[in-house]
Amino acid sequence: MSRESSDSKPIAEVRVGPDLFHALCWVASALAVATLAWIIYEIVTSAWPAIQKFGFGFLGSSSWVPNREVFGVFPFIVGTVASSFIAILFAFPLGLAIAIFLSENFLPAPVRQVIRFVVEMLAAIPSVVFGLWGIFVVIPIIKIFGDWAVKNLGGVPIFSGPAYGNSMLTASVVLALMILPTVTAISRNALTAVPKTLREGAYALGATRWEAILGVILPTAAPGVVAATILALGRAMGETMAVAMLIGNSSRLSWSLLSPGGTLAGLLANQFGEAEGLQVNSLMYAALILVVITLFVNVLGELVLRYTQSQTAGIR
Amino acid sequence: MKPLPFLLIGAALAGLSATSQAQQLSGAGASFPAPLYQRWGVEYNKLHPDVQVNYQSVGSGAGVKNFTAGVVDFGASDAAMSDAEIAKVPKGAVLIPATAGEVVFAYNLPGVETLNLPREAMAGIFLGKVTKWNDPVIAKANPGAKLPELPIMVAYRSDGSGTTYVFTQHLSTISPEFKEKIGTDKSVTFPVGVGGKGNEGVTALIKQTPGTIGYVEYGYAKGNGLAMASLQNKSGNFVAADGEHGASTLANVQLPENLRIWPVDPEGANDYPIASFTWLLLYKKYDDAAKLKALKDFVTYGLTTGQSFSEELGYIPLPAPVVEKAKAALATVQ
Amino acid sequence: MDNIVTHAPDFFSNSQAEATKAIARSLWNRVLTSVCVALSLLTLVPLVSIIYLVLKNGLPLLSWSVFTQLPPAAGMVGGGFGNAVIGTIVMVGIGLLMSGPLGILSAIYINEYAPASRLAQAVRIVAKLLTGIPSIICGVFAFAIVVSTTGRFSAFAGGVALAVLMLPTILLTSEQALMGVQSAFREASYGLGATKFQTIVRIVLPDALPAIMTGIMLAVARAAGETAPLIFTALFSQFWAKSLSEPTASLSVLIYNFSTVPFPHQIQMAWTASLVLVAFVTLANITAQLVFSKKH
Repeated sequence: MSRESSDSKPIAEVRVGPDLFHALCWVASALAVATLAWIIYEIVTSAWPAIQKFGFGFLGSSSWVPNREVFGVFPFIVGTVASSFIAILFAFPLGLAIAIFLSENFLPAPVRQVIRFVVEMLAAIPSVVFGLWGIFVVIPIIKIFGDWAVKNLGGVPIFSGPAYGNSMLTASVVLALMILPTVTAISRNALTAVPKTLREGAYALGATRWEAILGVILPTAAPGVVAATILALGRAMGETMAVAMLIGNSSRLSWSLLSPGGTLAGLLANQFGEAEGLQVNSLMYAALILVVITLFVNVLGELVLRYTQSQTAGIR
Repeated sequence: MKPLPFLLIGAALAGLSATSQAQQLSGAGASFPAPLYQRWGVEYNKLHPDVQVNYQSVGSGAGVKNFTAGVVDFGASDAAMSDAEIAKVPKGAVLIPATAGEVVFAYNLPGVETLNLPREAMAGIFLGKVTKWNDPVIAKANPGAKLPELPIMVAYRSDGSGTTYVFTQHLSTISPEFKEKIGTDKSVTFPVGVGGKGNEGVTALIKQTPGTIGYVEYGYAKGNGLAMASLQNKSGNFVAADGEHGASTLANVQLPENLRIWPVDPEGANDYPIASFTWLLLYKKYDDAAKLKALKDFVTYGLTTGQSFSEELGYIPLPAPVVEKAKAALATVQ
Repeated sequence: MDNIVTHAPDFFSNSQAEATKAIARSLWNRVLTSVCVALSLLTLVPLVSIIYLVLKNGLPLLSWSVFTQLPPAAGMVGGGFGNAVIGTIVMVGIGLLMSGPLGILSAIYINEYAPASRLAQAVRIVAKLLTGIPSIICGVFAFAIVVSTTGRFSAFAGGVALAVLMLPTILLTSEQALMGVQSAFREASYGLGATKFQTIVRIVLPDALPAIMTGIMLAVARAAGETAPLIFTALFSQFWAKSLSEPTASLSVLIYNFSTVPFPHQIQMAWTASLVLVAFVTLANITAQLVFSKKH
């Protein structure tokens, strides 16, 4: 207080600052909400003819035949959910491992710094390049794996043949890598934000490093880690170009991860440029469904978070 | 604090746009002719530094949308515009054939360098009825070729494209079953195969797996060294996919008044069966006289000098009678 | 927690059990460390593979002239993508100018001013929903609100599309960053008599800045590499841009264009452009980290 008055600013002036700032923050928040509302309005308006014509049948129908004006996205919904969840299945443990690795002192700081930049560099690689990398590097590997899996694990539905290079598995693996920087960077931030005192407290009680990490640090950082995962999942579901290049874009449903599939965002990327009339409406309807799926995932994430927090309530 | 960036941008927008001197023309649409149109733009700019023509591929559908909305100076489409679509354009539309291309059956079958595909096999493969390379339908047309007992892997375009339109249009014409089960469109649903995004995606699929066959633009197959099948045309001959046979197809086409035509099943003995024009979309009227003149000059350049880049880039040059009719259509633009 | 008192009578055997347990714990500790390090290094394999692919294909054409020349058309040799480099910087810049303040101020509102308010809850949901919007929709949206109304494709429209794309990442990471600031800092600041505004601007924001920068860099990286939002808004240009209100080239659209043609020179150029894009974003990232971590 005395420091402020020594700056000899009139009290009134100081008061205008915060109030204006508060208002400014409010306006920004309102604008953010308005933006989404506007986007959804745009999507719904252009989707309306398709919504009217197909209703909820759109979600359950498996045929997408533009020249017959028959549209249904069930296989693409399945593909979207499957590919992004498999991607998270890969990216979450790896991303979290790297995040822990980067926030602990297993290796000297400069080494960690380099690894961190390599991971964040990944975020800058354009989707098209991920797609090309998938074509040149991942597909040949997945093909070898696929042929092996069909021969040895063919009985398991998810590995039933024939194995294709452009498949659900290929797309998921590349997606996992694409979202890895998001998982890692945000989780790392959350881990480093855990107050030192908590960790020191755990050590003082005789905990080993990993007892401290698993028992204290991770639970404390859980909201950040969950936020990172949700952000990454949203990114995986919304990814267009790389998926369209790798997934094989088929609307035939299959249990096998080695079969071609399709996603909603990939469908949009594939067909939006050439679409006309009802097909455009249906594509926008598909985009709307994607938004709804994202909403579901977020609600799910919120529940997971609440559960984690209730489990670790004692520590926090 | 916040409105500041907007003000700055607004000022920049207002200030900078006034200083631009060169005549700018922008176009958007079909992806197939994009390399050629961009080449025209760059070459024309060398001759006329005061005119900058931009063309970006956004897809024929989006191109027609942009053209109808009036946010471009010209559009381009592989599938021409229907009368209903033209009616929606406030300033009216003139279609001008600007170049042409072929769709080829490219395949990857080690040991088989030339392949004849009879009409029955062309449709049969994409209907999922011809499933082995040594199927009698194929074997009959290829005496002496060592066709392996390999399953046929089908590769198709997963993105909407004029290529798919032209391809399915031909197959629908020669096969009633194809017409009934699959039909003609820029994106259709095939009962078999894997979808690749773009010509390059299908090319990659073909290259990766022996036994794969797919359809791509001639330029891609040529540029990537893919083997191309000779296709049986209406008169029963097997015709190789190349510029010569494509030119023969186009030369035999009788252009109607509106210049909108597909040689869906050409009759000439040497005609390659799957070839098509692609169109520039111009407005009937332009308000800006300078823009009109620049655009007309540019399109005239493309129809004449510009045709000389066709072969090199894998397109078929327009036959002289088509160029004359296109120029006549251009003259109606005001 | 073992209670020493209950074990005290059986002193001898207890210490042995304790010793075994201690060894087990330390062993477990080592196993987990090895697993963590192994997983991290394993993940580096694909990362290095991608970067190697970009370097291998991108380096041959890399020279100073790619920054000063215009894109080659099909069948031409030489050329570069100077206009696309500028276009990308300008459009990402416009996007950041809009989404940065919007995202950070919203994050401040929902974390500092009114965390429990309806608006804050709405903002949180909105931000998460925006992350799932396919990038192509950002393009369609910006087309509808800018291109349709101004009647032309422009760098400004491209910037708006990118702003929409960047907003959720910046907002959510900023919120996380602000949450990471210990409440003790705020309390100390209030204790010294600072106002809320002073606390936020002088204490909370500086402490959260490195984490906010991570979010901004993630957003910038993604925006710089996205094709779909720009193709429907900024289109592309073969020439140098003279204003923000004309079709503008960008690296991502150039990469998309050139990677989808059958012409070897253009395909090579696409790789070089990818390399330049990745290098630029990484440089920006490193600079930002250095500047802001020092300040901190």
